[in-house]
Amino acid sequence: MDGIHDLGGMHGFGPVEADPAERDFHAPWEPHVVACMEAGLAWPLFTIDEFRHSRERLGPVRYLEASYFEQWLDAVCRLLVEKGVVSDEELEARARVLQAHPESDAPAVVAPREPAPRAGVAQKTFRRAVTAPPRFRPGHPVVTRNIHPAGHTRLPRYARGKQGIIARAQGAWVFPDTNAHGLGEAPQHLYSVRFDGAELWGPSAEARVAVYLDLWDGYLDPA
Amino acid sequence: MGKYHANVDPYVVSRVRALESLLLERGVLAPDAVDRVIRRYGEAAGPLIGARAAARAWVDPAYRRLLLEDSKAALAAFALDFDRLVVVENTPAVHNLVVCTLCSCYPWPVLGLPPTWYKLPAYRSRAVSEPRQVLREFGLEVPAEREVRVWDSSAEVRYMVLPQRPPGAEGMAEAELVPLIPRDALIGVAEVRLGASPG
Repeated sequence: MDGIHDLGGMHGFGPVEADPAERDFHAPWEPHVVACMEAGLAWPLFTIDEFRHSRERLGPVRYLEASYFEQWLDAVCRLLVEKGVVSDEELEARARVLQAHPESDAPAVVAPREPAPRAGVAQKTFRRAVTAPPRFRPGHPVVTRNIHPAGHTRLPRYARGKQGIIARAQGAWVFPDTNAHGLGEAPQHLYSVRFDGAELWGPSAEARVAVYLDLWDGYLDPA
Repeated sequence: MGKYHANVDPYVVSRVRALESLLLERGVLAPDAVDRVIRRYGEAAGPLIGARAAARAWVDPAYRRLLLEDSKAALAAFALDFDRLVVVENTPAVHNLVVCTLCSCYPWPVLGLPPTWYKLPAYRSRAVSEPRQVLREFGLEVPAEREVRVWDSSAEVRYMVLPQRPPGAEGMAEAELVPLIPRDALIGVAEVRLGASPG
């Protein structure tokens, strides 16, 4: 998806503003969102790929304006509504009930219900075994494909149609482009690919910069 | 996206509580899940495993090789089961920097909570295209003859930088070195300095 999330190389966002005193969460509700998201992954209600793609679909204005964990909240709620685990109306109604009661009064469980259905079995690892050997070995020159899928992909715009060198074979992994859409894990070999800064950014690139991306077989052709 | 003030918007709070409440009812969320998140990622979690591994790599050459070549085995020494970390070593010839341009992928198990700046557009957009300038803004000037390698975490592989051991720290023991290693050095936006307070 050529969305707002694909930020590599964009201009206009200004200096990086780092607060050296920053620690921990910024609001008491944030760890609750983390817990809900992690629980959703573990049940599982959704995959990490579906979660990432849900975040990507926030819309550009919402994506840039929402705080980080508000993005997570939106992404998880949308996913659960799309999957029929909860409805927008239920969320709204429950939010109204709880907002009317201060933290200490409201029970967390309003009405016990049937356990949610599990969407498969959560795995501890994203590595998978594939029978075909890797197409590429370290040192092999490759060119990335000029793909613009409307759905989820992990090939950033700045690295499409670019020449690189295989730096390392990383084994085989779940393929996000299918897994984010319920089309299966379709595991592929993954490679660390090195790109020269000038190849990516042109004549104005800083000297002696290399960018490394982890890219699946399906993103690559021999150069 | 948001800055550093606490966002206590009642609409957001009630929506979080609604989500949490519905997931508790469906058995998805365990009652102690939030406490476990706070314990795991809050300040009380103790020194970062990443800092502990880096300190050990500095004092023990065999551990350094293990951390660079088989991080799963190296992290097991700290009771961490994590099969997808790649540790990239800073040298006189190379300075490494980690980013996730597409979202905010970060090695939570070894570095804890990512800092807000790591997740925001300014860093995500510029770390890949002008890393030297970004590092300059962090107060780190990488000489032109040192290569800057930027690792964009586009898959499930996670990256951590093994910083260079600072001059003057040669005689120090592992336990003394751990508190000197700030998280920012393990992301690659800082180097480790003696006498500086860890950021």
